[in-house]
Amino acid sequence: MTNLGGSAQAADVLIVGAGVVGTAIARTLARYDLDCVVADAGNDVGTGTTKANTAILHTGFDAVPGSLESTLVRRGAELLRCYAEQAGIPLERTGALLVAWSADQHAELAGIEEKARRNGYLATRYVPADELYAREPHLGPGALGALEIPDESIICPWTTPLAYATEAVHAGVRLRLRTRVLGVTAAGDWHDVRTDSGTLRCRWLVNAAGLESDRIDAMLGGSDFTIQPRRGELIVFDKLARPLVGAILLPVPTTQTKGVLVAPTVYGNVLLGPTAQDVPDRGDTATTEAGLGSLLAAGRTIMPDLVREEVTASYAGLRAATEHRDYQIRVDAGRRYACVGGIRSTGLTASLGIAEYVVDQLADAGLALRERDGDRPAPPVMPYIGQAGQRPYQDGARIAADPAYGDIVCHCERVTRGEITDALASALPPADLDGLRRRTRATNGRCQGFFCAARVASLVCEAGGNPAGRDGRDLK
Amino acid sequence: MNVDVLIAGAGPAGLAAAIELRRLGLGDVLVVDREQEAGGIPRHSAHTGYGIRDLHRLMTGPAYARHYRWAASAAGASVRTGTTLTGWPTVSSELEPGIGSPGTSARQHRTISATLTSPAGIEDVQARAVLLATGCRERPRSARLVPGSRPAGVLTTGELQQRVFLNGQRLTGRAVVVGAEHVSFSAMLTLLHAGARVTALVTDQPRHQSFAAFPLAAQLRWRVPVWTQTTVTGIAGSGAVTAIMLRDERDSSVRAVPCDLVVFSGDWIPDHELARLAGAELDPGTRGPVVDTALSTSVPGIFAAGNLVHAAETADVAALSGRHAAARLAAYLAGRQSPASAGPAGMADPAAGRRLSVPVEVARPLLWISPNAVSPASPMPPRGQFVLRSGAFAGRTRLEVRQGGRLLQSARARLVPGRSIRLDGRWACHVDPAGGPVLVTSGR
Repeated sequence: MTNLGGSAQAADVLIVGAGVVGTAIARTLARYDLDCVVADAGNDVGTGTTKANTAILHTGFDAVPGSLESTLVRRGAELLRCYAEQAGIPLERTGALLVAWSADQHAELAGIEEKARRNGYLATRYVPADELYAREPHLGPGALGALEIPDESIICPWTTPLAYATEAVHAGVRLRLRTRVLGVTAAGDWHDVRTDSGTLRCRWLVNAAGLESDRIDAMLGGSDFTIQPRRGELIVFDKLARPLVGAILLPVPTTQTKGVLVAPTVYGNVLLGPTAQDVPDRGDTATTEAGLGSLLAAGRTIMPDLVREEVTASYAGLRAATEHRDYQIRVDAGRRYACVGGIRSTGLTASLGIAEYVVDQLADAGLALRERDGDRPAPPVMPYIGQAGQRPYQDGARIAADPAYGDIVCHCERVTRGEITDALASALPPADLDGLRRRTRATNGRCQGFFCAARVASLVCEAGGNPAGRDGRDLK
Repeated sequence: MNVDVLIAGAGPAGLAAAIELRRLGLGDVLVVDREQEAGGIPRHSAHTGYGIRDLHRLMTGPAYARHYRWAASAAGASVRTGTTLTGWPTVSSELEPGIGSPGTSARQHRTISATLTSPAGIEDVQARAVLLATGCRERPRSARLVPGSRPAGVLTTGELQQRVFLNGQRLTGRAVVVGAEHVSFSAMLTLLHAGARVTALVTDQPRHQSFAAFPLAAQLRWRVPVWTQTTVTGIAGSGAVTAIMLRDERDSSVRAVPCDLVVFSGDWIPDHELARLAGAELDPGTRGPVVDTALSTSVPGIFAAGNLVHAAETADVAALSGRHAAARLAAYLAGRQSPASAGPAGMADPAAGRRLSVPVEVARPLLWISPNAVSPASPMPPRGQFVLRSGAFAGRTRLEVRQGGRLLQSARARLVPGRSIRLDGRWACHVDPAGGPVLVTSGR
């Protein structure tokens, strides 16, 4: 990778942040004849808000009507549905049921349906209690009815940014991980971006730094918004709980919070969460006794059978909330700077919509976009890590061609040696066991490494990798 | 492929069952194990204490595992490792209780299909009967909902032992072991062997739950204290663990104890996935499949043994459970037992409308009993003993076994949470097949 320090090669565009938004912008820019760099403080793509959320592909039915978020969520969902199919990103259209548990909530359903209409979403439908219980027999007692949103879907939040980044890197975008931006100075037609691994020089700067986006903005003189990290804790239940849940079960939102939902995951687990708590520390993804306790209490109401199942994992993510109720996206032509901040909890869904919008704005502001010669880059075909489709261990022809795909290493998630060695040899190899599990699901299951962590660690070592990783997957 | 018996799991229970089935004259006995090597958990438990009850000698875990591998092969059982039972192609449609034709006698002679996946490919095998011996695992930190950050250096005893004894990994730094059961002391020994220092064993119980000699030796020889009435309230550290947060339940004070490793030990849960996917009813106490005294599950032709039905007993007890299941399974295949008695534990036969076996339940502080049903045709449990667990300490309490108002048995026992409690099983011969559930209580 070229070192851009000092007067070395300068980039046309530097994107700060390799989350789902930054990598989506990189992928969109990659089709043009530009020298583009993506820098991120983490050791992998998607290590911030991107990796820990509810993993829902929203319809935007409940967005603030008329907001930029509403528009970009709708557009992004349309683009990502199509992209996911091409790139092999696990996605399931489970639909959602927004469940009313009190007369007041029941009375609000009509208003929510009206709001959905104003957001351009017309497919909602009222579901009376008897039909609701017929469809979701494990729902706790006391539900009065629900609003069905048939297009709400679940998606893999890990494969998505990896697919964007892989496509971008294949098209020549340079990815600089472990690169934290410390300051930005103007130098004529250039930005000199000081990082903890040298200075990067670029003509255009795109701030997609998520939880750090206000700080980057301040380095460019902005002061319009402040990130107020809002922590969401979630509990992941065992895959054996998956048959309990059909659709995503949403609560009626209050003015304070969207509330606790129950949702299947594309890996075949069931999620319960999130909490919503403002925290001062942008790195504070610790779970709390109170938070997990409140989730279990909510779970006992929504679905008592679920809470009786084994817990596989719990985690917390931070939403990049601001004092504003909408995305903070602005392009400053004079300073050749795009701020893509305040992307709250809908960034995964909206990512391709945001990228399209930002690139249009950049073009309007004077960034010269000339399509590259030759074919447009195609979406990469990513290793499939979902539960609904065929995994390598289920594919007899694939095992016959390479027995490594019949060698199951991680038993809970049925991850084969072939998939692990593929991930370690991929264009974007994992930096640690945490990265490996986001690419393969290895050690992500109910035993959390009791049976397989030692063998997974030896495979990583054999491949010359570093078996260190977070989440208790390794010793040190 | 067709076999007489398919055994899932080549640990002590599965291998002991295979040896016994061959001894009883069964032709094709296939044992599959998803690990690379047969032998189960003892493979990586380097300490001694194995083999007492089943082999009548004292050996280390790896030697014990080697013995069973050799004995199974010598007995003519075929053992396939690196092979995962990945599905039951016919179970969901044909075997699920209450679904399909109620022709019980016709079901007795059907085979059970299982899908096996290995580097050699995907293959369906037809078995006349199946024994599940899939064992158990420790609940990891996440399943115990211990809050805090999620740094590296937090693991279970199982992972620790594999890293140290199978991978040869060395460890440095300070470790805290969560738990004070037998396995917790085993984790302590593994940590010391690998080069780590052990700060303490912590338990929320008022005292340790192992043999008195273990904590005494820990204290005197290695100067490792047991901190009782201490709850883990969090894990701290970004990247690597830096501290464990502990709350002293006596005064509710919370302190951070610096450490580099945290080992969560004990708190066993059966690996019940295959049993559940086969449609077997689960016991709410053991979390393993419901089994009667013949170790038959609620699915005809599927038996279960070892720590899948009592998580966790020592390896020799698991092996003897496997041997017991083998004998009952062979009898089932020979048709020596009536179809009814080999049928679903504690469930009504939809065809005949009568109870097939008698459920056995426990009342708090008892948490579970295994087996959890009595088969009238084969009432004696493995080793003639029922195994129980308690959620609270009680010194020399009275256990009472009643069916309706009738007292079947009364015995003294010492209750220690997480520790095995044995109950002589002769009362099971006096259970009235039509008399309703049996209840085991403890009290003065």
